[in-house]
Amino acid sequence: MLRLGTRGLVWRAVSTSGLPGRPLGQAAAGPSLQHSLRLMAIGTLAGLFSGLFGVGGGSVIVPLLVLWLGYGERAATATSLAAIVFIAGFAAALQGLYGNVRLLDAVLVGVPAIGGVLIGTRLQQRLPPRAIALLFAAVLVASAVELVIR
Amino acid sequence: MIGAIAIGLAAGVVAGLLGVGGGVLFVPGLVLFLGLDQHHAEATSLLAIVPVAIVGTYRQDRYGNVVRRDALLLGLLSLAGAAAGVALANALSGAVLRDAFAALMVLIAAQLVQRAGVDRHGSKKA
Repeated sequence: MLRLGTRGLVWRAVSTSGLPGRPLGQAAAGPSLQHSLRLMAIGTLAGLFSGLFGVGGGSVIVPLLVLWLGYGERAATATSLAAIVFIAGFAAALQGLYGNVRLLDAVLVGVPAIGGVLIGTRLQQRLPPRAIALLFAAVLVASAVELVIR
Repeated sequence: MIGAIAIGLAAGVVAGLLGVGGGVLFVPGLVLFLGLDQHHAEATSLLAIVPVAIVGTYRQDRYGNVVRRDALLLGLLSLAGAAAGVALANALSGAVLRDAFAALMVLIAAQLVQRAGVDRHGSKKA
């Protein structure tokens, strides 16, 4: 814990001086009204998507952070993941009230995914994700067809 | 069951790599491999996303990639939308929800292909 805490402090010191990972113009500009309104629009849209489709909302958040707020790809995906903790957590709690959540099944896919995300974030620092994006797109289309014709 | 575990692993990898892909793989995985209906799959997917997103965020934060203030604002400002989305999902039939989800998957696939193209030309890279 101590070791990790120290790393956190180092990161904060580095990031406030505007080094890698921050969308530079944005971080320096501070909380403008336009910036906040755009975050609100992105959040509302992502929340709607997340609740309706059972997804995190990253497919809405990432491109809008890039297009509207000038984020780089890595900062956009990272910031999106952090927002998704709140969005999916809240939507899951609401779905729980409807009695729709299957806890054991969530564990069955969720626990291996934790291992997966550790691999994925590590790879992201090393690989241009283009090939993976294309492969993933093909998997999505195949799964969509399977869902509908099944 | 092995299929479900494989889907979970794959969903985690693409979520970490692309910031997209937890739920969009969890939902079809839960339907196709575990036989859940669309409503239960979506609800269960949301719960499964939470620990994955927490771990992914922790890792990304250590790389200095998370813009914390914006992430917090995004999360808090999304709650009304999320409540509306959940209510809407529960008002729709399973068949309609399933077809809409399939359409969403194709759209996300198209978006990924487009992003890959943008990356190649370098115009959107920081």
